[in-house]
Amino acid sequence: MTPGSARGAGGAAALAWALPLGVLLATLAAGFALGLWASAWWALLGIGFVCVVLLAQEVESRLALRWRGPFQRGLALGFPLSLLLVWELLAGAGILNPRWFPPPSQIAVALWELTVTFDRFNRSSLIGRPWLVPEVAAEQGWAGVQALVRESHVWATLSRVLGGFLIGALPGVLIGMVMGLNRTVRMMLDATMSAIYVLPKIAIFPILMLVFPNPFGEGPKIAVVAISAFFLVAISTMAGVQGIDKVYLEAGRNFGASRWQMFRHVILPGALPIVFSGLRLALGTALIVIVAVEFVRADRGVGFLIYYYWQVLVTPRMYAALVVVMALGVGLTALLQWVERRVMPWRRN
Amino acid sequence: MSAKIVARSAEKRFQTRAGWMTALRDFDLEVAEGEFLCLVGPSGCGKSTFLRILAGLDHATGGEVRINAGPDPRQPLANVVFQEYAVFPWKTVLHNVAFGLEMRGVGRRERETIAGRWIDKVALTRFVDYYPAQLSGGMKQRVSIARALANDPQVLLMDEPLGALDAQTRAVLQEELLQLWEESRKTVLYVTHSIDEAVFLGDRVVVMTAHPGTVKTVIDVDLPRPRDLTVMATPEFAALTGAVWDALRDEVRRAMAEQA
Ligand SMILES: Nc1ncnc2c1ncn2[C@@H]1O[C@H](COP(=O)(O)OP(=O)(O)OP(=O)(O)O)[C@@H](O)[C@H]1O
Ligand SMILES: [Mg+2]
Repeated sequence: MTPGSARGAGGAAALAWALPLGVLLATLAAGFALGLWASAWWALLGIGFVCVVLLAQEVESRLALRWRGPFQRGLALGFPLSLLLVWELLAGAGILNPRWFPPPSQIAVALWELTVTFDRFNRSSLIGRPWLVPEVAAEQGWAGVQALVRESHVWATLSRVLGGFLIGALPGVLIGMVMGLNRTVRMMLDATMSAIYVLPKIAIFPILMLVFPNPFGEGPKIAVVAISAFFLVAISTMAGVQGIDKVYLEAGRNFGASRWQMFRHVILPGALPIVFSGLRLALGTALIVIVAVEFVRADRGVGFLIYYYWQVLVTPRMYAALVVVMALGVGLTALLQWVERRVMPWRRN
Repeated sequence: MSAKIVARSAEKRFQTRAGWMTALRDFDLEVAEGEFLCLVGPSGCGKSTFLRILAGLDHATGGEVRINAGPDPRQPLANVVFQEYAVFPWKTVLHNVAFGLEMRGVGRRERETIAGRWIDKVALTRFVDYYPAQLSGGMKQRVSIARALANDPQVLLMDEPLGALDAQTRAVLQEELLQLWEESRKTVLYVTHSIDEAVFLGDRVVVMTAHPGTVKTVIDVDLPRPRDLTVMATPEFAALTGAVWDALRDEVRRAMAEQA
């Protein structure tokens, strides 16, 4: 609604939002008054949410244009923050069971403790106590630093995800390209690949543990991530190559591109957008798979932390580990996006 | 003058699920060196097919279609300006225009100088480092034209290059195209749906029959050159477009009846 129209039909416009809002607020109040919270909390929550949306829209329409951007960013940030606040209050008031839903403040404290403490029993720490690096390096040299890195849960997960992702994605791109370019290879592999594609790769983890000489080492863990990434990337790369508009191939041919030039100048860049959407999928899957693997078979890693603190019922630390997984996911996705912008500058608006 | 493009009893058949389909039959045409020839005909009569054969993107299944090569073996035979522009979205304007030269192994410095010159000629100097997604349709087609011309082919093939543009942009580009052509006087084969465009640009207008495509009539356009858009207001121009339309009308009706 523009300010002009608001002025023109002030009364009617005010009614249009104030009336439903009033009704909703009245319902909300009545619900609380009648003690419906316990049985119909979900309905009251929904009504409350609609009220907030209506109010926010009304406020925004009254703002000058240049304040709308900041307002929207404020909403994007303010909503999750107020969710956390509500969580904190509900847990504090005992409406949410703090045993299973510890308030965010406790989770933050737990995260801090996890970061700074060394688990003597497990001989591990969350990020490998980097503040000790100068001291340890002076006393024990390179080996000491390596030991610090090895005690880190974040490093364990990160190295498995990144290692497995790279080991799977690079051949995935190659095979996918070949499948996209060569009909015979495609015919031979497509059915098999599609069949394996739908198999949840975590299901073959037991086999991988048999295959590797050390079933409890890093080998099977990295391999299962690599295999998950491989099929996703190979199939989307193939789709990307096949999806290239024929007219670009003809332009390439008409200007005399050799096979290699065709690949380098037309097919590779033409397929890249779909290749990258495959890589994004593969990265997400890699995180899922590694957390699942660390649940069952690891003594390092963020997935291990989640499961361990669930078993010993230290839920704030379990949530802290969840936060770390989220941070890893966000960080890795941002890294991939950064690479994507570098590799495909033409997609940057 | 000698013939640059020769087609004799050319035939093109496509194998389809319903059997063989003849797109071109008994197609005879000669295009002189330095001639600007326009090809019009009802939709589906085989114009693009003929052009693709000339471009080396397809082969005739009978008869003969050839471009008589010039003295310089390094000069490419024919380059296409595609209707859908077909400029590479992943290359900047500069690298798009330099594409043909790069494929031929011309060194970086030289090809970028040549490409830059053509970019100036199509008035895109400000946009050398832009990607196609940042350009309008008319600008993309300018890039496509510059890409073909920078490669300096012996024959320029254009398949409805301005078909997707709005009327004003189209008129401006028609004039620009004529100016560019006056400088080089390359042999051009130009496919279009617009009778006005064909008469305005061409030395001759070839009218094709509905499918299977053959040459129906050839109309000589003796309007003086260099031309600009004012020529379109003359009675001679009207007479010529009338003649083309007379030849075309029945074929378009026939093509439409076949499709119905
Ligand atoms: N690859 C192909 N396989 C089968 N049939 C084809 C193929 N390419 C073209 N044709 C057929 O050949 C005929 C001529 O096609 P062409 O594209 O040359 O027509 P056109 O004159 O360029 O039409 P338009 O003016 O609509 O562009 C059409 O009937 C078309 O369906
Ligand atoms: Mg066509």
